[in-house]
Amino acid sequence: MAILVVAEHDNTDLKDATHKTVTAAAAMGGDVDILVAGTGVKDVMAAAAKIDGVRAVLGVDHVSLTRQLAEAMEAVIVPLMSEYDAILAPDTTAHKNYMPRVAAKLDVMQISSITGVESADTFVRPIYAGNAMATVKSSDSKKVITVRTTAFNAAGEGGSASDKMLADPASPSTSEFVGEELTKSDRPELAAAKIVVSGGRGVGSSENFAIIESLADKLGAAVGASRAAVDAGYVPNDYQVGQTGKSVAPELYIAIGISGAIQHLAGMKDSKIIVAINKDEDAPIFQVADYGLVADLFIAVPELEAAL
Amino acid sequence: MKVLVPVKRVLDYNVKARVKADQSGVDLSNVKMSMNPFDEISVEEAVRLKEAGTATEAVVVSIGPAKAQETIRTALAVGMDRGIHVQTDEDLEPLAIAKILKAIAEEEGAQLVITGKQAIDNDYGATGSMLAALLDWPQGTFANTVETSGDSITVKREVDGGLQTVKLTLPAVVTTDLRLNEPRYARLPDIMKAKKKQIDAKTPADYGVDTAPRLTTVKVTEPAGRSAGIKVESVEALVGKLKTEGVI
Ligand SMILES: Cc1cc2nc3c(=O)[nH]c(=O)nc-3n(C[C@H](O)[C@H](O)[C@H](O)COP(=O)(O)OP(=O)(O)OC[C@H]3O[C@@H](n4cnc5c(N)ncnc54)[C@H](O)[C@@H]3O)c2cc1C
Ligand SMILES: Nc1ncnc2c1ncn2[C@@H]1O[C@H](COP(=O)(O)O)[C@@H](O)[C@H]1O
Repeated sequence: MAILVVAEHDNTDLKDATHKTVTAAAAMGGDVDILVAGTGVKDVMAAAAKIDGVRAVLGVDHVSLTRQLAEAMEAVIVPLMSEYDAILAPDTTAHKNYMPRVAAKLDVMQISSITGVESADTFVRPIYAGNAMATVKSSDSKKVITVRTTAFNAAGEGGSASDKMLADPASPSTSEFVGEELTKSDRPELAAAKIVVSGGRGVGSSENFAIIESLADKLGAAVGASRAAVDAGYVPNDYQVGQTGKSVAPELYIAIGISGAIQHLAGMKDSKIIVAINKDEDAPIFQVADYGLVADLFIAVPELEAAL
Repeated sequence: MKVLVPVKRVLDYNVKARVKADQSGVDLSNVKMSMNPFDEISVEEAVRLKEAGTATEAVVVSIGPAKAQETIRTALAVGMDRGIHVQTDEDLEPLAIAKILKAIAEEEGAQLVITGKQAIDNDYGATGSMLAALLDWPQGTFANTVETSGDSITVKREVDGGLQTVKLTLPAVVTTDLRLNEPRYARLPDIMKAKKKQIDAKTPADYGVDTAPRLTTVKVTEPAGRSAGIKVESVEALVGKLKTEGVI
């Protein structure tokens, strides 16, 4: 069996999500190759070649792939799939965007956000915001899979895979990149951080969010948020943790002024240690918290920062 | 421009899913069902396009059991023009749904299809992109803002690093994210009026589509539980615990 893993990268650095996806692919058994699609991808390819257990790294370097638009990714991947039995990609927004396109073109049903590999055709995935776990068996000849990376350990680095450049793809004509507004931050990435400090509606305003950020900086943590905090404009959309936002599983997750709706829990309940600070002692977040502090966040958070 | 909006009837987002004792699935008997929240956002966007004079007709389609008609009525009550109900008692997979929607989009001559980014029951997040692929249309997923002009649509998308804007040539598929708009509530007179709006009754067979499932559910189980921990009395006590755990 031959499996293709699509690399997560920003044209400069290879992301850890790739290593985790390789672990999921390896659990299916078979040869694992990595596809690096982007522009100026040499360094990313070299990094990918070091991942343990990888056979080959395929590179495709074209301006239409700089942002990995869905139509362009489809054009690169679909022809490649004649050589592969399965394709896996992290379930980040970059890949969630085009993977169903690839699946539909191959006439197979995508298996989304898997958290476990039982065998080459059977997988575990959360449904209903993680309130149920479904084990599904695919009868499709090729598997198209997105991987919940928080559920897999990262593959190590000590490999030396071969590399190969692919021919330029045809650029899509009906879809064009216009611009982007990226959140600038020197903090660790939310999905990969060891500590995440999240704020919710209880924080009250974007100005007040400074106390959350200040605590995060003291801890070297990433900053997350509930949907309510994002909707209210306290923080950018990419801070949202939950069923329909990002999934995180850090060593320590601190939920501040967050009630603990099922949609929020879906994105953080696999964290190793959960701390909740909330003034309502009956808030559902306390049902999943290892350590709960019933307190006004405006008093407790600065106090916590000072005590570190 | 004709706009098509597919809506799914799902377990209400406020209800916690209960796994059946025989592990065959989630118990949906006697629980509140509602329109998938992302689909409410799609409906709202389509109605706004109509109000702006951009859309000439807004058609809502739901594929599901007899009760999916109620979900269609909900969409008609907030301003969709007409409904199509494709009746089936099976919970079809996104691939099958996308094939049916492709046939409908072509039959209707739709220029824009707005789907939700994900159905909150199965959490696949696949139908919109699959439909775009089957139609060979461009796609703007996870839409935060959309703007149409002439034969193109500009979509600001919610992505992991922030926001990304793409311009698509129509016809196109857009999938909605939470911040696109705030859905309105139906007013009583509109609910009454919606009762008179037309809903075509169809079946998957009418579209000649193979809907056989590709995935079989081996079992559905409870997630690994997390037991509630302890309440600490003070910030000092909390810091002590976290130090003992070795996480700070
Ligand atoms: C389709 C859909 C998808 C969704 N996806 C997500 C998702 O991905 N992620 C997500 O988070 N939500 C999601 N939600 C929303 C979710 O249902 C909740 O509405 C949301 O998580 C609530 O956010 P919150 O806890 O910040 O706000 P609230 O529920 O309003 O809670 C605020 C909390 O702050 C506490 N508080 C207030 N003031 C203070 C103070 N001074 N000190 C201490 N505590 C204080 C209150 O006691 C309360 O518990 C989704 C909803 C839908 C319908
Ligand atoms: N049975 C259905 N009937 C109509 N639309 C659907 C159905 N299932 C999914 N959809 C559409 O596809 C979107 C994404 O669903 P999914 O791919 O299942 O997560 C939903 O938000 C709906 O817009």
